Amino acid sequence: MNLRRLWAIARKEALHIRRDPRSLGLAIGIPMLMLLMFGYALTLDVDRVPLVVWDQSGTVASRDYIAQFTGSRYFQFVRAVANYRDLERAIDLRDAEIALVIPPDFASRIESAQTAPVQAVIDGSDSNTAAIVLGYTQAVTATYNQRIAVDQIRRAAGGLPAPALDLRPRVWFNEDLKSRNFIIPGLIAVIMGLIAALLTSLTVAREWERGTMEQLISTPVRAPEIILGKLAPYFVIGMVDVLIAVLMAVYLFDVPLLGSVPLLFAMAALFIIGTLAQGILISTLARQQLLASQIAMVSTFLPAFLLSGFMFAIPNMPTAVQVITYIVPARYFVALVKGIYQRGVGLETLWLDAVFLSVFSTVVAAAAIAKFRKRLE
Amino acid sequence: MHAPPPAGDAIVEVQGLEKHFGPFKAVAGISFSVRRGEIFGFLGPNGAGKSTTIRMLCGLLAPSAGSGRVAGLDIVRDTERIKTRIGYMSQKFSLYDELTVEENIDFYSGIYRLPRAKKAERKGWVLAMAGLQAHRTALTATLSGGWKQRLALGCAVLHEPPILFLDEPTSGVDPISRRQFWDLIYTLSERGVTVFVTTHYMEESEYCDRLGVIYRGELIALGTPRELKTRHMPEAVLEVDCARPNDAMGVLERLPGVKEVALFGKGLHAVAADADAAGREIRDALAAGGFRLDRMERITPTLEDVFVSLIEARENANGSPREGHR
Repeated sequence: MNLRRLWAIARKEALHIRRDPRSLGLAIGIPMLMLLMFGYALTLDVDRVPLVVWDQSGTVASRDYIAQFTGSRYFQFVRAVANYRDLERAIDLRDAEIALVIPPDFASRIESAQTAPVQAVIDGSDSNTAAIVLGYTQAVTATYNQRIAVDQIRRAAGGLPAPALDLRPRVWFNEDLKSRNFIIPGLIAVIMGLIAALLTSLTVAREWERGTMEQLISTPVRAPEIILGKLAPYFVIGMVDVLIAVLMAVYLFDVPLLGSVPLLFAMAALFIIGTLAQGILISTLARQQLLASQIAMVSTFLPAFLLSGFMFAIPNMPTAVQVITYIVPARYFVALVKGIYQRGVGLETLWLDAVFLSVFSTVVAAAAIAKFRKRLE
Repeated sequence: MHAPPPAGDAIVEVQGLEKHFGPFKAVAGISFSVRRGEIFGFLGPNGAGKSTTIRMLCGLLAPSAGSGRVAGLDIVRDTERIKTRIGYMSQKFSLYDELTVEENIDFYSGIYRLPRAKKAERKGWVLAMAGLQAHRTALTATLSGGWKQRLALGCAVLHEPPILFLDEPTSGVDPISRRQFWDLIYTLSERGVTVFVTTHYMEESEYCDRLGVIYRGELIALGTPRELKTRHMPEAVLEVDCARPNDAMGVLERLPGVKEVALFGKGLHAVAADADAAGREIRDALAAGGFRLDRMERITPTLEDVFVSLIEARENANGSPREGHR
């Protein structure tokens, strides 16, 4: 391998990029756009659940119970309804995801230490959200129950017994339980995988289509010089993309970066080299730009999105699918990014993922070089 | 006319070279050699196997059978070393359109690893040779066809290879640029560079020192343009200017003394073993058919006559049906 020839290829490739500002704009713009879109749209948090109430009791007690809901940030009071028809309408129109029906004898039953039934109608069309809303509702009701019980005991016994258990939860790593903190770091990994492979998937195929490759392979240039030379300028773009994504995550989405920044960028470099090489490998084999870009898109985005553990936890997948995830390079990068970002851990914990990622990048780069033939057939 | 170089050692030597693409034999066993310093032309219609042969010589295609040497190196085993000693210009323009003239030259001097001092000198030479000094910062896409061709030639000889392979270098270029391009080929040839050029232009093949005529993957004639016209063309050629040449062709074809007839310019070229006898037959037949005869004379055969005659002979020898007259 000769560095002068590698440099000549890299320089030429950089000139191509510079002469095509639209592609360069896309290479920088698309990751930002995707991060914005997914960052804001892809939220698993359920809060400010719209709530309608049919308060048939209309007493201090019933209003107190309703205030437990409307006072929390998890529910948002929409309006009061006065019959089942309006209640159904509110849910059908998706004005409300939950409706509370408080019976007329609510206050009197509580007063007489009887159990008061309260109806909650929940829109179950989104099962995940519905389960969370149900959990909130039960929690609010349990708290209210406890308060009434405490009142009743205090009145009866004139004192307060100590509770048997007192749970003091402490959530680590994502103390606010914000799903954004969980999604954004993985999202960076997914977007970089897609963009990197797309960037390079055109480079070799374009030269075959335009005929410039025939001239190039009639010279003493060698396969590693072509492949690595083409990779170099896109590596710079890829790292700029990572930098922008990390800055957006920290300053726009307020996702704290707990771990080592140099380690994060070193791992990103490793991943980008592997994925850029994957794009070049696809381009080398396909020899057609359209085909190459489509293969690049399908082979990076889908596995990265579904099988990397970025959103869907790998241990929850069927065993067969779990096995497949081991050949998805994004899996290792997602694990690394999340570990560094959220848990602030280093290579002492993440070394295995780093090793697998290195193996992937090396193998793919070697395959791209090996599959590049200086022949016309 | 370019003076033929003294007979010397062979820089290209090929024996029984074949290339198959599936059942199709693009090159069906050809043997020839090219002497150092000569301009060797490969003449043949499209699809005859010219490009396939040149690509095998340049190490871009592996031969299916046969052997060959280029600049002393084996075309099967030493392809990568061959690439350091040749210049190649493919049929399609293959420099980078989005790069400037200078950037294309710089790119190929990097690929050929020219030493720094040499680099500037060669760049100056290419720019002067192609007449592109005033356009060094122009995007290659904006250049005219002739300029592009000269730039491509310049990039192919940056490393001063002893042999240059040009695959239909002047196709799609206007006649003046084509002439200028051939002046450059002569200049290179005078410096001792061997030039191997394919073409389907008859007048271009006249510029070559030696010609190989290739047809359907086979080499059907080899020699200087003069040799081809005399040795490969024992018959006489009569140029016939008459009214309605298209219809007259049908009449002449049926004459026993006329071997073949082809449209040529506004008139006809009739090939005959005995020029005088055939001349009388033609005169009578045209008069009988009511065709006005303006002029008829025996001419030195052009390379096109030779070419047509060679191909007809080959077709007849193979016994395959003729595709119809032109």
